[in-house]
Amino acid sequence: MNRRTWRKVVNGVMLGLTGVCALATVSVLFFILGYLVLNGGRYLSWTFLTHLPVPVGETGGGMANAIVGSGKLLLVAAGVGLPVGFMGGVYLAEFGGRTFPFLVRYTADLLNGVPSIVMGIFAYTVVVLPMHSFSAVAGGLALGAMLIPIVLRSTEEFMRAVPRSMREGALALGANKWRAIATVVVPAAIRGIATGMLLSLARVAGETAPLLFTSFGNPYWSSGFRQPTSSLPVMIYTYAISAYDDWHRQAWAAGLVLLALVLAANIGARMILSRRMSSARG
Amino acid sequence: MGSSAKPAPVSYPVMENPAPETSRPPGPRPTAAKMAVSRLNFYYGARQVLMDVSLSAAAQKITALIGPSGCGKSTFLRTLNRMYETVRQARAEGEIKLDGEDIFALDVAQLRRRVGMVFQKSNPFPKTIFENVAYGLRVNGWDRSRTMKDLVEQSLRRAALWDEVKDGLHKSAYALSGGQQQRLCIARALAVDPEVLLLDEPCSALDPIATAKIEELLFSLKEQCTIIIVTHNMQQAARVAEYTGFFLLGRLIEFNATRTIFTKPDKRETEDYLTGRFG
Amino acid sequence: MGSSSIFLDNTRLGHPTPPGAAGRVRSWIRRLASGDEVAHIITLIFAASIVLVTLLLVLELYRNSALPRHKFGWAFFVTSIWDPVFENFGALPFIYGTLVTSAVALLIAVPLGVGAAIFLAELAPPRISDALTFVIELLAAVPSVIFGMLGIFILVPILRIYVEPFLKSTLGFLPLFQGPMFGVGFLAAGLVLAIMVVPFILSVSREVLLAVPVEQREAALALGATRWEATWKVVVPYARPGILGSVFLALARALGETMAVTMVIGNDPRISASLFAPGYSIAAVIANEFTEAPGDLYRQSLIEMGLVLFILTFILNGLARLLILATTGRGTERA
Repeated sequence: MNRRTWRKVVNGVMLGLTGVCALATVSVLFFILGYLVLNGGRYLSWTFLTHLPVPVGETGGGMANAIVGSGKLLLVAAGVGLPVGFMGGVYLAEFGGRTFPFLVRYTADLLNGVPSIVMGIFAYTVVVLPMHSFSAVAGGLALGAMLIPIVLRSTEEFMRAVPRSMREGALALGANKWRAIATVVVPAAIRGIATGMLLSLARVAGETAPLLFTSFGNPYWSSGFRQPTSSLPVMIYTYAISAYDDWHRQAWAAGLVLLALVLAANIGARMILSRRMSSARG
Repeated sequence: MGSSAKPAPVSYPVMENPAPETSRPPGPRPTAAKMAVSRLNFYYGARQVLMDVSLSAAAQKITALIGPSGCGKSTFLRTLNRMYETVRQARAEGEIKLDGEDIFALDVAQLRRRVGMVFQKSNPFPKTIFENVAYGLRVNGWDRSRTMKDLVEQSLRRAALWDEVKDGLHKSAYALSGGQQQRLCIARALAVDPEVLLLDEPCSALDPIATAKIEELLFSLKEQCTIIIVTHNMQQAARVAEYTGFFLLGRLIEFNATRTIFTKPDKRETEDYLTGRFG
Repeated sequence: MGSSSIFLDNTRLGHPTPPGAAGRVRSWIRRLASGDEVAHIITLIFAASIVLVTLLLVLELYRNSALPRHKFGWAFFVTSIWDPVFENFGALPFIYGTLVTSAVALLIAVPLGVGAAIFLAELAPPRISDALTFVIELLAAVPSVIFGMLGIFILVPILRIYVEPFLKSTLGFLPLFQGPMFGVGFLAAGLVLAIMVVPFILSVSREVLLAVPVEQREAALALGATRWEATWKVVVPYARPGILGSVFLALARALGETMAVTMVIGNDPRISASLFAPGYSIAAVIANEFTEAPGDLYRQSLIEMGLVLFILTFILNGLARLLILATTGRGTERA
């Protein structure tokens, strides 16, 4: 075979291989989804969603406390992380000079890259130790710290995207700087900012590592925020590594619930964004 | 800019209600001035963009500023409501007075309520038509003896937009056409009852019909407020303005009654510009 | 990059403020009253808190790893004893496990991810490319416990029953593929990690490939190169820094990954040459032992390893960012 033909063959083969790579990667996701739906769906029931866990051997256990616990954790996380990220993003987009904003962005990136288990250590030393107890506050703070960089970046990005002419229009009508920001710029950017927040919450909702020694876990309901709290990811982990088949099944069901929520949030967020793009001003 | 290279005298249709015919040197005018600029120098960083500009805009008249691109007329306009202050490196030196008051001594938000601005490309807020017009009122406060609805309607009528939008005030401002959006921006600016209205090439993005509507609008508005309009279109200046100023390379070359500028320009540069020899 | 904001304090520029300190104070008070300065201060405080929190994090990590640092010093990193009884700890097995699993992960994920990225950037029509990218980016959103579960229940049995015996029988002469086969171990962890980091490599590589100026490709094709040759010999090298950056990003992610690894690595603090052997990683040991750590030295040894992990990921992320900036910056510098 001459050189030209050989090159053509190589061309075809290599390009085909790249397609195979793409296909393989995509199929993994579908495989995961499929398997979860199959295995998890079987065990999913109203009982599962509304009952507390029961001792091994008994049937009818559920993960209600885990779902509520995750809710509590996200509440704390949102209460801390969303305002800080949002205000910081407003600061970076609307105020500030050269060095300090650079520092803020740099440390936010740093924070973003911190492995989640290390974030758990941090929350442990700063909250659990002084409190002498595991708590939803500790877990929520660890998650909240993880939210900050994501919300910061998306807020800044979407606020900068608001055209200058809009700010000038508000100023020209006699509005103060802060007023123009609050009544014109933020509303204009709100969809992007909201999706950033939603995506960040979805991301931390699935985190397990930082919760292992902050909120720890709880087979019962936790009252308030200062007690060890159950959460969906931790429960999945605990059940999955256990030796009991029943618990394995429950882990699948819980995994399905968690994945469904996370994917719904992701897909929903992107849909909001794309609708925003297409109905953008002409 | 016109494409024809006609020799002087030019034959644009000119205002039938001109000011005194005698040509005056550029400089402050007698007391009927609403806004008076004296020896204005403007810098972006180290670069000087406006050199020693002095002019007065007469009350309740339309003053047009013309000149080739980059001559500084828009920059000049933006000093009148201190809009340039949003740019870091910008610096203005000189005196600008509104009704005899130094505008730099005023609170800037107050100044901008009194001196409104309409921009080159219409920039309605992403809100409803109603809320766009109401914005300035909400920010600055309004006469509580009238309802917001009334005030919004009044502004939209002044901007000759009411009939077209009255049934859809709660639709998004972006649903309007380009010309309508620009009139909406005018209505929005008018809502706070400004004494002066600055327009920066308001029709440059619009078709001739929309342009004509806006020009008609300006005639009816000048009774209540002083209008200063920057335009790259000489014919527009000739059509609407009582006074015209010609800018070139950061200097005000000539400022006079429009008829005079267009028929008997004093300076050679003015004549060259008007006859299309450059620009 | 300064703020692109057009909002500036309105009395600082333009006309000079009233002379003297009194004038400055008065103008500051006026700005304060107008609410602008208040807004500036409030948002500044929030922004500053981010910096403070990060500093606090580093401080706490450092402070809480003081005991092992004083007791073991640098030897901590090259010792492989893990003896709670005699309180003698060495991080080597965990460092080894972290590195090995990450290496296996990259060996698999990089060709897969770059290959798929080439397909999506060069071959696929834009709509399909966007759709597939979206799907693959969803993979990045899947929580790691779920990968861990799939690892335990699906991957590990397959490895134990089919793959590892196969590898042993074909490549068993290599020390990599010898020894008892449990299913759990370095190989399992590496594989799970590979799946988890592929989306990162793919999406960043795809972006940098798309940023390569089209003239580069055209120049190659005009010289008679095949599609593949143009891609592999011109476009990819041009994008190489960015692709390398994506690898660093993926590596940083793999190093810190906890749950999926701890569920399939076997949790055995031993250094072995074989990929079939169970091992341990830094993140995994912290996750498993932290709450049960008897004594401060034990726990602080774990924290010291966490600090190491933090520093490693910090460096990698920084390098990655630089590299990616270099490529996309370069790609957009067209005249």
